[in-house]
Amino acid sequence: MISTAIFGIENNAMLAVVGLCTGVVLVALAMWLAGLISPRSFNSQKGEAYECGIPTRGESMSRFSVGYYLFAILFLMFDVETVFLFPWGVRVRELGPDGFGSIAFFFGVLVLGLIYAWRKGALEWK
Amino acid sequence: MFDFSIVTEWFNSFLGSYMPAWLVTVIECLGIGVGLLVLYALIALFYIYYERKLCAAFQCRLGPNRVGPWGLLQSFADMFKILIKELIALNHTDKFLFALAPYLVIIASMLAFAVLPWGNGLQIVDFNIGIFFLIAVSSIGVLGILLAGWSSNNKFTLIGAMRSGAQMVSYELSIGLSVLTMVAFAGTLSVGGIVQAQERLWFIFSGHIPAIIAFIIYMIAGTAETNRGPFDLPEAESELTAGYHTEYSGIHFGFFYLAEYLNLFIVSGVASLLFLGGWMPFHVPGWEQFNHIMDYIPGIVWFLGKAFFLSFIIIWFKWTFPRLRIDQLLSLEWKYLLPINLVNLVLMVLIIVYGAHI
Repeated sequence: MISTAIFGIENNAMLAVVGLCTGVVLVALAMWLAGLISPRSFNSQKGEAYECGIPTRGESMSRFSVGYYLFAILFLMFDVETVFLFPWGVRVRELGPDGFGSIAFFFGVLVLGLIYAWRKGALEWK
Repeated sequence: MFDFSIVTEWFNSFLGSYMPAWLVTVIECLGIGVGLLVLYALIALFYIYYERKLCAAFQCRLGPNRVGPWGLLQSFADMFKILIKELIALNHTDKFLFALAPYLVIIASMLAFAVLPWGNGLQIVDFNIGIFFLIAVSSIGVLGILLAGWSSNNKFTLIGAMRSGAQMVSYELSIGLSVLTMVAFAGTLSVGGIVQAQERLWFIFSGHIPAIIAFIIYMIAGTAETNRGPFDLPEAESELTAGYHTEYSGIHFGFFYLAEYLNLFIVSGVASLLFLGGWMPFHVPGWEQFNHIMDYIPGIVWFLGKAFFLSFIIIWFKWTFPRLRIDQLLSLEWKYLLPINLVNLVLMVLIIVYGAHI
């Protein structure tokens, strides 16, 4: 038999919070340490954006090519649908052919969505 | 198999006989935190050395060999150098988001790191939806990268972050679907349960052809997820200087560097968990004597060995394939990997559902 609970702690959410705090502590500690021992010097040129050597033209926080957002939206659709498949995935054996038949409809809609996006040209990079 | 929880539970009751229960829990949580921190740092330092040595070997160079024996102390020297570099304060950045981005990147990799099964009784977080939790937290990392690119107020970082975002969210689908394929085969989402299901035979051997296809897809998607190898266009140095972390200096840059190597380890760790049995020794059904000998090798050696081997393959990719273009990258995911993955999932389910009747 495999035992999993470390130190016999059953509360996994608490352990996840410990992991989260460890991450925060790691960054905060290293930043504090670097602040103590790293040198400082001031120069107005130093704070410029690292681009080509000549002064930057225009704002960078501006409107941007829509191509990336299209893929983000497609991802959102498919990822949410994948999440719905997970509960069924755990119980595939128990549900058997009936479960597979039911999910086949859902799966079919998912594939139709992909075909639609493909035919519409949403998967082409422009 | 040696059960490590005997040690931790003995420690628990040993402390419990001296102090109240809440104090025991606090001490144990602190111990877990420190352990995680040390392990995280050690794995990162080892990976920096490992990658540099391997890259050198692929290019017929020697690699780091001056600092310490065989250059073993090189990565310690690197980290110390990064620590004593100046943190440059930029003029036009979004200060809050700029400082927040490394936290998100590190937290995402730390939480995913805590879920990995190190050995029997050596797993820190074991939710009953463990592998799902892992997918969820590792996708926080992309937020950190997008924030880093946006808040730097630099066109290179913005393009790098956008590319990275598009790439990571796209390939996350493949990761999710290949994980789902294996979850359907294992019948459980818990990490401990998945390891236990491989006690007889690892999934890559027992999972028929769909497991092998899922493994290949997972390795490709995992390489893309870590922004490495042929998929490193978010930091394509010839066009974007350093991509989304161009404006980060000193230890600030070090965090991204650290998280990148840790993500490489996490991807290979998850692949070894799903396909190569996690910390489970190599067993062959029927060969009792052989299985017994394999059980003598500790689980942590098995886990690290598999993870390092899979990382070796991912590093190998980098020196074998040329970098992809953004349109090739996206069409590889959406037009090839995703449909193959969907068909593969159906194939796996057909084998599970109807395989018993044939």
